[in-house]
Amino acid sequence: MTATDPPAGEITLGARRNRYLLDRERVLGPALMAPAIVYLLLVVAYPLVLAFVYAFSDVTTGSQSLHFTGFKTFIAAVDDPVFLTTLRNTFVITATSQVLVVVLSTVLAFVLTAKFRGRWFVRFLILMPWTTPVALSAVIWLWMLDSIFSPFDWFAQLLGVVPPGGHVVFLGQSGLAMGSVIALQTWRILPLATVILMAGLSAIPADISDAAEVDGAGFWRRLFGITLPLLSPVITVALLFGIVFTFTDMAVVYILTGGGPGNATQVLSSWAFYKGINGGNLGVGAADALIMFPVLLGLAAIMLRMASRAEVS
Amino acid sequence: MAVVETRSLRKKFGATPAVDGIDLVTGEGEYLVLLGPSGCGKTTLLRLIAGLEQPSEGDILIGGQVVTRLPPRARQIAMVFQSYALYPHKTVSANISFPLAAAGVPREQRPEMVRWAASRLGIDHLLDRRPRQLSGGERQRVALARALVREPQVFLLDEPLSNLDAKLRSSARDELKEFQQRVGVTTIYVTHDQVEAMGLGDRIAVLNEGRIQQIGTPDEIYHQPANTFVATFVGSPPMNLLTRDGKLLGFRPEEFLPVAAAGERPGQVTFDFAVTRVENLGSDRYVYGHLPDVDAEAKVIAKLPSTVATPVTVGDRVPFAVNGADLRYFDQKSGARAAAGNATVTP
Repeated sequence: MTATDPPAGEITLGARRNRYLLDRERVLGPALMAPAIVYLLLVVAYPLVLAFVYAFSDVTTGSQSLHFTGFKTFIAAVDDPVFLTTLRNTFVITATSQVLVVVLSTVLAFVLTAKFRGRWFVRFLILMPWTTPVALSAVIWLWMLDSIFSPFDWFAQLLGVVPPGGHVVFLGQSGLAMGSVIALQTWRILPLATVILMAGLSAIPADISDAAEVDGAGFWRRLFGITLPLLSPVITVALLFGIVFTFTDMAVVYILTGGGPGNATQVLSSWAFYKGINGGNLGVGAADALIMFPVLLGLAAIMLRMASRAEVS
Repeated sequence: MAVVETRSLRKKFGATPAVDGIDLVTGEGEYLVLLGPSGCGKTTLLRLIAGLEQPSEGDILIGGQVVTRLPPRARQIAMVFQSYALYPHKTVSANISFPLAAAGVPREQRPEMVRWAASRLGIDHLLDRRPRQLSGGERQRVALARALVREPQVFLLDEPLSNLDAKLRSSARDELKEFQQRVGVTTIYVTHDQVEAMGLGDRIAVLNEGRIQQIGTPDEIYHQPANTFVATFVGSPPMNLLTRDGKLLGFRPEEFLPVAAAGERPGQVTFDFAVTRVENLGSDRYVYGHLPDVDAEAKVIAKLPSTVATPVTVGDRVPFAVNGADLRYFDQKSGARAAAGNATVTP
């Protein structure tokens, strides 16, 4: 080898360096995250920013002009007499359905983790609502609750609640319509909560319930003294998911009742849609929707905190 | 205090019997150890006695009462689990008082009983902590205090030392023995560790494949094994077994010593030991090899204490001797203890 020869070793090493580019975490990490970040920016961040811009402006679907109006749009949105009704409905529907979900999913999780014949089939049936798109299941329920063809009428007639041949107008009376929306939301979220709770239940070591049994605890003491307290972090997670899904959902109300009768079942998200899209008042619609924002922000913060706590312990 | 008795107890999981016809009677206040390899049915037997499993056949009696169909809480037993199974969401104090609450002890009496149990195990200062803030040894004591607090008739312990590191284990073993002697409650202790069994048990029941192989004092188990399973499962290294005239000849490694060290004793039997390997463990030397004159196939181990300084070199044939009275004979087919018959080795 003479002094003018290229340093052969270094050349091959340099060539290899690029081959191992993806082995470097500083390269691989961002490369893997990029698609998700682009997706979130386009589908979540951009519309969110747009909503903020709209909510502080006088934009409508009819005009291209956009003037900054400060909080005027918000004041207009809140000033609407229907707004308070939608706010109350949103909270009532979310709270009632999620209380029902927590109670029912806990019971279901216990039943479905017990061993019995045909367990897989029952599990499959319970999970079905979760696999059905919201819009589709809402249409099915629309028929189930129809004022003329409802199968519930048959039971009502059998039980003598309505005279033979009579009908219950489920979606035409404000109380029953609210009940129907709550029932559908409960039915829709129940499978997810049940699955989360089943996972939580099976994570409780068998030794601990055995120990409680040997320590003399009967069924109720084991349930309320040991199992439920140990399950409570998981219940909280299921509850937070349920609240977010119900609080932001507009499909159920939109398809089932259209917010009616009157605005008796109108919720924030459906109201925002009617105002902003159907009514053409984009600014007010955006303001209506953004009023949910602090609530969701708070929920997200709690969820993130719980997730990080679960990582630590 | 109570006597625990099982009568032809059987438990099948599917087609396989985990516990296969066990008759067992403990003494009053006795420390009985169930010893066996994993999968021998010892934990299942303990869970049957606790009432956590239902037997397929047979009966369980505690203090003379048939409790076979009674739930665990009606049996007045306390159990310490391998994982300790402390309630993670409760403080140490709440853990210990849980059985009291379940037994309906009035609320105002509980703190004093908790303090009493805690002080017996030296964990008074931990009462406000939660289980995850405790070390393994402390958790074990909390589990024991929880078992002790309502003064059960019977203690059931399921490998309570196996989650501790080796150093802690021997001191915890001491404490366990001392603790049981103080409280004097009938205790059934499950372990796969023969050292624990020998050290703790008043009697040991050796289990294999769901059956009791032998039940007796540690001394009986060690020196008079009922069959080859017990002979080889208990003792480390296990008993040497050689075929001779249709019988199995057995002797313990530490009974097999160089003639040069032991000297000529009356009644001792001498063999030529072909040495293939020597392991020096500090306190002992393990000498591996075989006896070409008896059974050239079988491997033989001799355990020489460090006080025996006789030089032993690999490749040598060294005269080793065992006391004739220390030789045991087993049936070659069944493995059961047998009379020497023709196989007798004479000095």
